Amino acid sequence: MATSGVTAEGGRLQARFQVTFEAFSLDVDLDLPAQGITALFGPSGSGKSTVLRCLAGLERSGSGVMQLGDRVWQDERRGLFVPPHRRSLGYVFQEPRLFPHLTVAGNLDFGYRRTPLAERRLGWDQVIELLDLHHLLARRPARLSLGEQQRVAIGRALLASPDVLLMDEPLASLDLQRKREVLPFIRKLHDELDIPVIYVSHSLTEILQITDTLVLMRDGRSVATGSLHTLCGEMGLSDYLGEMAGAVIETRIVGHDEAFGLSTLRFAGGELLVPQQTAAVGEALRVHVLAKNVGIALARPDVATSFLNVLPATVAAIEAPQPGRHTVQVKLDIGVPLLASISRKSLHTLQLRPGQSLYALIKAVSLAQEVGYEQTH
Amino acid sequence: MELDLTPVWLTLKLAAVTTVILLIVSTPLSWWLAHTQKRWSAVVEAIVALPLVLPPTVLGFYLLLALGSNGVLGASWQALTGASLVFTFSGLVIASVLYSLPFVVQPLQNAFTAVGRAPLEAAWCLRASPLDAFFRVIVPLTRRGYITAAVLGFTHTMGEFGVVLMVGGSIPGETQVLSIAIYEHVEVLDYTTAHYLSAGLLLFTFVVLLMVYGFNRRFPAHGH
Repeated sequence: MATSGVTAEGGRLQARFQVTFEAFSLDVDLDLPAQGITALFGPSGSGKSTVLRCLAGLERSGSGVMQLGDRVWQDERRGLFVPPHRRSLGYVFQEPRLFPHLTVAGNLDFGYRRTPLAERRLGWDQVIELLDLHHLLARRPARLSLGEQQRVAIGRALLASPDVLLMDEPLASLDLQRKREVLPFIRKLHDELDIPVIYVSHSLTEILQITDTLVLMRDGRSVATGSLHTLCGEMGLSDYLGEMAGAVIETRIVGHDEAFGLSTLRFAGGELLVPQQTAAVGEALRVHVLAKNVGIALARPDVATSFLNVLPATVAAIEAPQPGRHTVQVKLDIGVPLLASISRKSLHTLQLRPGQSLYALIKAVSLAQEVGYEQTH
Repeated sequence: MELDLTPVWLTLKLAAVTTVILLIVSTPLSWWLAHTQKRWSAVVEAIVALPLVLPPTVLGFYLLLALGSNGVLGASWQALTGASLVFTFSGLVIASVLYSLPFVVQPLQNAFTAVGRAPLEAAWCLRASPLDAFFRVIVPLTRRGYITAAVLGFTHTMGEFGVVLMVGGSIPGETQVLSIAIYEHVEVLDYTTAHYLSAGLLLFTFVVLLMVYGFNRRFPAHGH
């Protein structure tokens, strides 16, 4: 497996950019772990891609500072700006941007041959195998599907042995079918290589499947940064997450019930029943429980309910009601954080208060394993 | 009848030298025009395009003044080399470069614009320096533009008449190019020689253009 020599292993990626474009200003201050996958998430026009371009040095801001581990790539106070080709980074663009005049092998070799031997951290064969590119090597990019092209683009970036891999909505140009084809490879990057990845996306379903750290972007600002689990269990982010607000829970499959077509998932606070999974017993599964799919009951509705998942919970915190919104978020503790979105009327009727014991009714559990997943009831 | 081929060789030499200089000069110029955001780049574009529409005699007249021993270019050249620019091969080269500039700049500029910055950025992020990226990615991707530019520059220089006449005159072996020679043969009613030279020029130009268009048809631009 790859060993990272000079990388910022255990280090951090720190950056501060202030740029004003014609109709848009960017003002971000980032301090991210230089490991795992970090997602920049926000709506179109929130400045995610611009941040990535600044990190790569493709945009130069008048007052930018950027540092990966102990290597400073930009510090405008000292007039320091390392151009992109000296930054040892990989960039996967939204469109594959393969060089049409070269074969797949030629594309892969482009960055590889320009990487000094001493800096090579990934082997040619290793990358070809990881991304399953062997049968494509002799072909021209024009003769590949978009999904295949994007896989080649990822391989091409990896073969330049980057110390950080920047990915700008690498799945956005692909249809659902192709997304399903490429996403597992990105997950493999995470599992098998120790290259930090900064991943830009406006699709929370994508992010939920692969990321460890989340940065919420809005109007050119980074409004919240934290681990995926912490942020998704936070109240008051529904402005940014919308319908997708809800806790992310790590589970493991502990059993299948063939007769009812169900699988049992165990998590730190108990068990969840979900429609039967194809994955084998023992495998890890990340689930997303949307706040809007969690209800609250003061007493255990033992018999009189069709809900499969009724879990004892305590109220951890209650969001202050926002004017003009009919729901509030309640943070529950079921061994792990769980968010519920209930109406203000229910809040009033139930007289909820922090520390109170009650029951969480989970109407649906989304399985983060599927791209563009449907909620399963 | 003995056919004097000196004007033919002189013309080919002039066209070749001019084309080489034009490709070198036009590459950065076209690149800048294709990528700049500056408003006054329109002024540069207009100046470059002038020879397309200006009567060659007008261009030739001003060049004659500039290249003359009292002109800006002529005086500094004379101070540097001791030689005159007017009625010399060097003067012809300078005149031809200006005259054929738009025919090389425009195809290159179009090609650079069509390719855009995207492949360049991809190359930079793969450890390629700006020059490396230009020669390994941009040049291959704009190959058609370069071929078109070179051929147009070459053939257009071969066909020039007015500017050459004004700046170079008609000194055999020095400035008497093909078009001038044909004109002079016609003037003395030597239609046979004029025929040979004209038909030769016509055929040559046609074959060159045919090869280019055939090539561009067989090897379409990448990815389009």
